[in-house]
Amino acid sequence: MATVKLRDVRKSYGDVEVIKGVDIDIEDGEFVVFVGPSGCGKSTLLRMIAGLEDITDGTLEIDGARMNDLEPSKRGIAMVFQSYAIFPHMTVRENVAFGLTINKVSKAEKAEKVAEAARILQMEHLLERRPSELSGGQRQRVAIGRAIVRDPKVFLFDEPLSNLDAALRMDMRMEIGKLHQDLGASMIYVTHDQVEAMTLADKIVVLKDGQVMQSGAPMELYHEPANLFVAGFLGAPSMNFLKVTVDDFGDDWVQVSSAALASVKVPRKGRPFSTGQEATLGIRPQYLAAAAEGEGMLKGNVVLTERLGSETVVNMAVSDGSNCIASIAEDAVLIPGNEMSWTFDPALAHVFPEQVK
Amino acid sequence: MATINPDNRGLRLAVRYLVLTLIALIFIFPLVFMVMSSLKPDLQLLRDTSSLRAFLPVGDISLDNYYNAFSRVPIAQFMFNSLFVTATTVFLSLLLCSLAAFSFVFLNWSGKNVALAIIIATLIIPFETIAIPLLLFVSKLPWIGMEGLTFGWLDTYRVQIIPLVADGLTIFLFVQYFRDLPRDLIEASRVEGASWMQIYLRVVMPLSGPILATAAILKFLAMYNQYLWPLMVVQQEAYRPVMVGVQYFFQLSTAWGEIMAYLTIITIPVLAFYLVLQRAFIASIASTGVKG
Repeated sequence: MATVKLRDVRKSYGDVEVIKGVDIDIEDGEFVVFVGPSGCGKSTLLRMIAGLEDITDGTLEIDGARMNDLEPSKRGIAMVFQSYAIFPHMTVRENVAFGLTINKVSKAEKAEKVAEAARILQMEHLLERRPSELSGGQRQRVAIGRAIVRDPKVFLFDEPLSNLDAALRMDMRMEIGKLHQDLGASMIYVTHDQVEAMTLADKIVVLKDGQVMQSGAPMELYHEPANLFVAGFLGAPSMNFLKVTVDDFGDDWVQVSSAALASVKVPRKGRPFSTGQEATLGIRPQYLAAAAEGEGMLKGNVVLTERLGSETVVNMAVSDGSNCIASIAEDAVLIPGNEMSWTFDPALAHVFPEQVK
Repeated sequence: MATINPDNRGLRLAVRYLVLTLIALIFIFPLVFMVMSSLKPDLQLLRDTSSLRAFLPVGDISLDNYYNAFSRVPIAQFMFNSLFVTATTVFLSLLLCSLAAFSFVFLNWSGKNVALAIIIATLIIPFETIAIPLLLFVSKLPWIGMEGLTFGWLDTYRVQIIPLVADGLTIFLFVQYFRDLPRDLIEASRVEGASWMQIYLRVVMPLSGPILATAAILKFLAMYNQYLWPLMVVQQEAYRPVMVGVQYFFQLSTAWGEIMAYLTIITIPVLAFYLVLQRAFIASIASTGVKG
């Protein structure tokens, strides 16, 4: 168990800077998820913490000690790779015990630790098998087992579930969550899947182009996204963005409108605006509700409805040409082509000074 | 395009096997000719070359040529020399070339790309161009052995082994193979605390069965077929390999039947070695252990 501290961490390949000054604090026992689109630098950042990539500039501390120049094995970390990286020529037992064998741990202690890891992961019956005889989920378990026996201060997971099918992914996600509860160790988890991030994390770090866009508790990021990117990245279906013009603003409110949208006052949240500027209004699909004829703030033609059982996702074309999605109660029956009025609570909407592309 | 008629399938298969058999025959004819000729006296052997009889065990068949070949050449001694030199060289070559390739692929050191380029460039230099300078070089090299410090490596086993251990082709083969090994396996080993030597011994080598077999076969053939170099550096029968032994049959008159008998005998280890490693080669194609 340990704290991890990154201060102005940078990484360059030649002239190309891929990590552009990242500051992150990870508390003891915290489950932190790095999330972002592919190429955002999240895996590189994890590999820098692991010691598999050099840190060009800045400092990395684990438990208060500077780690920049230490070998991966000296940092007190264990890593689970996307490809599992288990050794095909060894049995599961030999794989799990690999680090212990290398470090000449006594046979008794090795057997005990392997048994303990196998018990936690419920894979006692697999110990004598070879990786080629295992399913994807079982291989992932072996990889996690190998991490557990090292008793690391920090667990690092690099997209561990992306090679599994959807059903198995959900099971393993829950198992990893439970593992974190049981072990209480600090964990850093990289994924591009915002569902994994939302469900597992104590803290999410959203990355884009090698920079931290926002970090905080999942619900904090969900409800109070700091910028357009975070707002659009977290939440499924993703947030609706409408082009609007700022009509007026006060200390804590902004009034916006557009051709498709009646004038609304939404919270300003300290962002800079000027009257007449183009801005973006964000509304989560869950907060849109059908309104009685003539009372809505927004009009849209129903294009497509997807009935998921627990909810119905309505895809509609708004009169200014943009697309909007509403997620409404399960029993709604809507006819494609119908024009409908929609309403929402302005207090739950966001307005960003940036413009959607 | 004609569609595949089920009735034609048998015919197509027959044609395919016929073609394959013909190709196989083209490759096997020289061997058959060698073995058949080894059983015939010279006069008949030369006469048979004008007809298909050259490939058939007909006429005056005996093992006389083998008897004469054994009495003319110390085959057992030459065979031991060849096998000792070849086996030692193959072992050392696999060890050193795989270590070199490991360093080129997995370790970071400045100038390694240039060094690798130079090694690969040596592939285009024929051995004949360096044979004379190398001869002058090894004839003056020091060695510490049973007799203390001596100079000159001529007429030894080591002169046939050490200069030929490392070669660009073997290093290149290992480099190519190592580059295709999953990087994650190496990184996982590093995270687990394995040293580079442990990674080499416990992870990379156990996964290198196919390339070890390939490199061993190529090196074995190259070494077993050495002719020019041992001819230059070995004068004593005690260290002479089998290939150089062929010249014993060209002295007064050329004894073709005996040459064929001799060649038949010295071909056996090559075939045996190939058959053994061919099995290892197939058996060692294991799953890569990465992804599901």
